This record gives sequence, C-alpha cells and structure tokens, in this order.
Amino acid sequence: MSTKSAITAAYLAGTVAAALSAGSLATATAVTAQEKEKCYGVSMAGKNDCAAGPGTTCAGTSTVDYQGNAWTYVDAGTCTEIDLPDGRTGSLEPLDRDLPA
Amino acid sequence: MPHAPDPGGAAAAWPRAFRTAVLDPGAPAPAGLHGCAGSPAGRRFDVYRNNVVHSLTTALAEIFPAVERLVGAANFGVLARAFVRAHPPRSPLLFAYGEAFADFLARYEPVRALVYLPDVARIERAWLDAYHAADAEPLPGAALAALAPDRLAGSRFRPHPATRLVRSRYAAASIVLANRGTPPPAGGRIRAGEAEAALVTRPALTVTLAPLCPAEGAFFAALLAGRTLQAAAGTAAEEDAAFDLAGAIRRLVDSGAFAALRTDADGEREETTP
Repeated sequence: MSTKSAITAAYLAGTVAAALSAGSLATATAVTAQEKEKCYGVSMAGKNDCAAGPGTTCAGTSTVDYQGNAWTYVDAGTCTEIDLPDGRTGSLEPLDRDLPA
Repeated sequence: MPHAPDPGGAAAAWPRAFRTAVLDPGAPAPAGLHGCAGSPAGRRFDVYRNNVVHSLTTALAEIFPAVERLVGAANFGVLARAFVRAHPPRSPLLFAYGEAFADFLARYEPVRALVYLPDVARIERAWLDAYHAADAEPLPGAALAALAPDRLAGSRFRPHPATRLVRSRYAAASIVLANRGTPPPAGGRIRAGEAEAALVTRPALTVTLAPLCPAEGAFFAALLAGRTLQAAAGTAAEEDAAFDLAGAIRRLVDSGAFAALRTDADGEREETTP
C-alpha cells in the first residue's frame, strides 16, 4: 500500500463501519428514494411545479387555486386521494376545471 | 417581418447585422427589414428587441437569485443587460443560459469588491444543472456496508449525474444558502473569507446544497475525479489533520452524490498522493 497516505486500509474499514452504523442512513435513503407522481388540480395559485424549472415560464405560473391543468409532485399513490374544498380531488391527468379565465 | 437582403451586402453578413441590432437598443433596425405593407420596421423592431433582452435578463435573475439579491435588482438589471450583449445565448434552451456568467462577473469592474460573487454564480449555475440532470438511484448505504473491509480502500465511486462540486476560497455556499431563503444557523454570522466547497446533489427531485470545509471538499473532489476511497481520505487528511472522515463517509451516502461503486484489486497500489 501507499507509504505516503496517512490513512491505512484498516483504519478506513473501521471508520466506514462506524459511520454506517450511526443509524440515520437507512431512513435518509428511504425518504429520498420515495416515488413521486405528477398530480393535477391540487396546487394553490403560483405554487405549481414544472419539469422545466426556473429560467422558463412554467413553474409557479398557475393563476388560480387548484388549477386543473397545473400539476405538483406528490408522493406516488396519494394523488387521487387528495381531498380538496367543494368536492374536488386530484387527478393524474390534466383537468378542465378551475382554468384561468 | 419579411426582409429583403441589402442588395449591396453579402447574405452572410445579414444575420450578424441582425444579431448586433437586436442586442443594442441604440442601433438602427437592420437594413431591409420592413412591415408587410412596406412600412418601416423601426418601432416594431424596438418592441421585439426589448422582449429579447428582457426575457434573457429575467431568465438570468431566475437562475441567479442570490446574485440578484446581493447586488440589488436594479444593479442586477444593468449587469445582466451587459452580460446579455457580451454573451448572447448559443442554445435556444433558456435553462442552459448563463454558463459564462460567473467568469463575466469576475471581470466586471463594478462588482470587483464582491470577491465571492463569481463563486456564488458558479454554485447557482450548478444548482440548475443538477436540477436538469438525468435521474438515477443514489448509491445505497448497504452497498458500502456489504463491501469486505479489505476491498474498501481500493473502492471508487461513480458520480450521480446531478452531482456538482464548486470549491471556493470564500464562504460562497453559505452565502448562496442565506440568500436563497434558507434561514442562517442560529446566531451564526457568515465569515465570507472562510474557504468552503459547495456540494450540490439531487438524489430524488429536490436539489440540495451543502457547504463543506476545505478538507471535505478535497475528499469529494478526489472521489468525483475517480480516485480511490483511501486516496481521497489521504488527500483530505493532508489538507487538515483533524478531518472528520466518518462524517464525510456518512455524507457520501446521505447526500446521494454517487450512483455506484466499484472495487479494483489494484486500488492499494494506485496511490502516491500529489
């Protein structure tokens, strides 16, 4: 092994084991790996997501609450279960309700 | 607006003349440009020209919100217009614009005093690159845990497509965070002159930005360059003897900065640290 490196393989293995046993890892990766889906008709005005992102004119451009053709990422499987005022629900497809005048 | 090329000029010169005119509000409308009934193009061309520059400066403000907040909206407008004229986009994709902005700021005399500003811009550009990078599953911690201890030293990591590292002589990462809506650490003041590296990752859908101390920055830079875990740890320890290796390894997994690892039997031979 390298003579110049201050870190020995044994020290490295011990440190990796200690770092990985710290416990927070499993939950952290589980959260980031959670599936998302596009959900139409649930975002408040100006709060929609957009795949194109900043530098374009899409994210945050919905102008009415629960706008039917604007979508937001939500946890997969929860979109159509989102209950909204006046009997609205979310949809995986664009809706023609609540469109801007 | 239909146009008839200036009979005296070469056809190839016309697009260049148009580009010059569209970026300079003082320039006359390009020769030969007129409305459908032969009316002069002047006023209509002014509207078009204003829209072009306005949409580009607006895109810059959305890509670089911390830079805009640091210099103020009015000043940002001035320097963004200067940038748009010096570096018009080469791609029709607005979200790819501003690659040259950081270098432009480094040479732009009025903001010379804000020495950290170019690195702030580099981090914000990296943020949007990460946002648009390909999706990939981050390396699970279990993959590292499952590795036999004697193979760890020679393991190398494939970066996640969204991962970016910006190393700065200033606290540019903390400055970006503080100016993009993240509340500052309790009672914390940012010491701008303290070197930091910015680790930008996007393990799922949300871009995250973590300020790293210089030694941890050296650790991640070495791993991103394809060097072994042992070599990266050695480089970081040389930078700072008190380097927290366990913390860096935890971040290696938690941040989602890498997508895969491979080991090679030659790993231990590989290194003579620079």
